[in-house]
Amino acid sequence: MELGPYLLLATLEGAVMASVLALTAVGLSLVFGVMRVVNIAHGEFFMLGAVLAWYVTQMVGGPPAIGFAVGLVMAPLIVGAIAVAADMTILKRLDYDPERTIVATIGLLYIIQQLTLMGYGPDARPVEPPFNTRLALPWFEVKDGALALYWPWGLSTTSYKLAVIGAGVVVLLGVWAMMARTRIGLVMRAVQADRDMALAFGIPVERVYAMVFGIGAALAALAAVLIVPISQAHYLMGADPLLLAFTVVIIGGLGSLPGTVVAAILIGLSDGIISVFFSPTLAKILATLLVALVLVFRPQGLFGTRSA
Amino acid sequence: MRMRPRILALHGGLLALLLAGHFLLPVYHHGNMARIMVLASYAIGYNIVFGYTGLLSLGHALFFAAGMYGMGLSVQHLGTGPGTGLLIGVVAGAAISTAVGLLALRTTGVAFMIVTLMFAQAGYLSVLYFGEWTRGDEGFIIARASRVLWGIDLADAGNRYLAALVLFSAALLGSLWLVRAPFGRSLIAIRENEARTMMLGYDTFRLKLAALTISGTISGTAGAAYALLFGYAGASFATVEYSILPLLWVLLGGAGTVLGPFIGTLFMFYLIDLSSGVTTAYMLIAGVTLVLLTLFAPQGLMGEIRRRFWSWLP
Repeated sequence: MELGPYLLLATLEGAVMASVLALTAVGLSLVFGVMRVVNIAHGEFFMLGAVLAWYVTQMVGGPPAIGFAVGLVMAPLIVGAIAVAADMTILKRLDYDPERTIVATIGLLYIIQQLTLMGYGPDARPVEPPFNTRLALPWFEVKDGALALYWPWGLSTTSYKLAVIGAGVVVLLGVWAMMARTRIGLVMRAVQADRDMALAFGIPVERVYAMVFGIGAALAALAAVLIVPISQAHYLMGADPLLLAFTVVIIGGLGSLPGTVVAAILIGLSDGIISVFFSPTLAKILATLLVALVLVFRPQGLFGTRSA
Repeated sequence: MRMRPRILALHGGLLALLLAGHFLLPVYHHGNMARIMVLASYAIGYNIVFGYTGLLSLGHALFFAAGMYGMGLSVQHLGTGPGTGLLIGVVAGAAISTAVGLLALRTTGVAFMIVTLMFAQAGYLSVLYFGEWTRGDEGFIIARASRVLWGIDLADAGNRYLAALVLFSAALLGSLWLVRAPFGRSLIAIRENEARTMMLGYDTFRLKLAALTISGTISGTAGAAYALLFGYAGASFATVEYSILPLLWVLLGGAGTVLGPFIGTLFMFYLIDLSSGVTTAYMLIAGVTLVLLTLFAPQGLMGEIRRRFWSWLP
C-alpha cells in the first residue's frame, strides 16, 4: 500500500481509539475536577465494564445485537453502583484526603483485579459485535491529469468501528449537556468551584461526590463495552487505558473537560499514526516522559489554565 | 540523648536475633529471611523519603531496578567482577534518583506522585525496549561464577543469609543514625510543615533532593544486592507493583519509624506466602491490606506501638 491510504487507515483506527479514550479520560477528569481525587482504580472500572459486558451477552443469548445492547446499559450501571459503594465505604471515610485516597484506590485496584481473576479467570474472551459489515474505502490517484477513485486492497473499516466513533461523540455531547444545561451539572460545578460554599448553601456535597464517582466509573465502563468487540475482555486490560487516560487528563489540563477531549483526540490519533512509524514501546516511552515533563514544567496542562 | 541505651538495645537486639536465626531457622524460613532482609533494606530506603520527608513516591522501582540492572548488565555484558558490578549498581541508583529528584521535586503532592510514577513507567518500558540486552520480562540468570565476591560464594545459602544481614544491618543502623542527626530532624520538619521550615532558613529543595538521593541509593544498593545474592534480574522488578510494595510494607510497619520497614516486610511476605498456597490471586491480600490500613491504621504497626506504649521509638 502507498503512504496515503496507509495514513487514512491509521487515522481511522486512531479515531476509534480517541473516541474510547475520550470517554475514559473524561470520567477520570470529572472525578479529579470535582472531587480532587486521583482514582488509580479507574482502569479497573474500565476492565470491569468489559468483563461484565461478556457476562451479560453470555446470559442474554439470542442474536448478538440484543445481548450487546443489554450489556451497553447494564455494565455501566453495575460498575457505577460498585463505584458509589466504594466511595461511600472507603473514600468518604478518608475525608477525600488526596494522598490517602491514592493509596486506597491502589488497594481498590488490586482488589477488583484479583477478584476478577478469581471469578472470571485469566482468559481473554471476545464479545461478538452487534453488526460488523466490512466497508471498503476508496482512495484517489491522479491518472492522465484527472482524479480517479480506486479501492486499494486492505483499505477497509467496519461499520462497527464507525459506530464506536459516533457513539463516543454522542456520549461526550451528553456529558457536556449534563454539565452545562442541567441542575445536576450546575450542582457539580458549584461543588468543584468551592466545596465549603456549596455546603453552606445546602448542597449535599457527599451525595454529589458519590454520584460523580459513580458517573466517572460508568463512563469508563461504557468505553470498555464499546471497545470489547474489537479487542477482548481480560482481567489485566485496565493498565493501558489507565496510563493513557492519565496522559490525556494531564496534557489536557487537570480537571478541564474540553481540554481533556482535545487531548484525547490528539493522543488517540497520534498514537495510531506514530505506531505506524515507530515501535509501540518506544512510542509509549516517549508519551510517558512527555507527561512527566508536562507536569513538571507546565502543571496546568497544555490547554488548561488552572494548576493541579 | 538519655534514651540512647534502650534504643540501641532494641535495634541491636533485632540484629542479634537475626544472627541467631542463621543458626536456628529451618531451611525454608532461612531462605525467606535472607530475601526479607534485602527487601526490608529497600523499604528502609523508601521510608526515608516517604516516612521521614513526607514525599509519597510511586516510582521507587526505578531506583531498585537501576541497581539491579546496573549490577546485572555490567556483569553479564561488560564482564566486570561482582564487586565492580555492585558498585555500578549503587552509582546507578544514586545517579538516577538525583536526576529524577531534580525534575520531580519541582512538583508537590499529587503531581509528584504522578511524575515519579511516569518516570518509573518509562524506565520499565525501557527495560522492555532494550530486550536484546535485558531479555525483558523473562529476565536473565547471573552465572554462579560471577557471584563470588572476595572469595565468598554468595550463591551458597549460608553466605547469602550473612551477606543479606550485613546489608540490612548497614541500612538499619545507617537510617537510625540519619533520622536522629540534625539532617534527619530537618527532614521531619519538612514533613510536618514545609513552609515553616523554609521560613526558618532551610533550603528545603536541597534537603529533599538529598533525602531522595539517599533513599534512591539505598534502594539501588538493595536492588544490586538482590541481583548478586539471588542471581536473577528481570523486568518484573521494574513494574509499578515493585513501587507499590515498599509503600505497602512501610505503611503496614509504620511510616517514619526505623523498625517499621522490616516489620512490614516480614508481615506482608508471610501473609502473601501463606495465602499463595490457597489462591493465585495473592495480590488481593495486598489490596485489602492497603485499604484497611488507610482506613483504620494510617500509623502502621510500629506507629501504633509508639503512640500507645513507647513514645521514645525513633
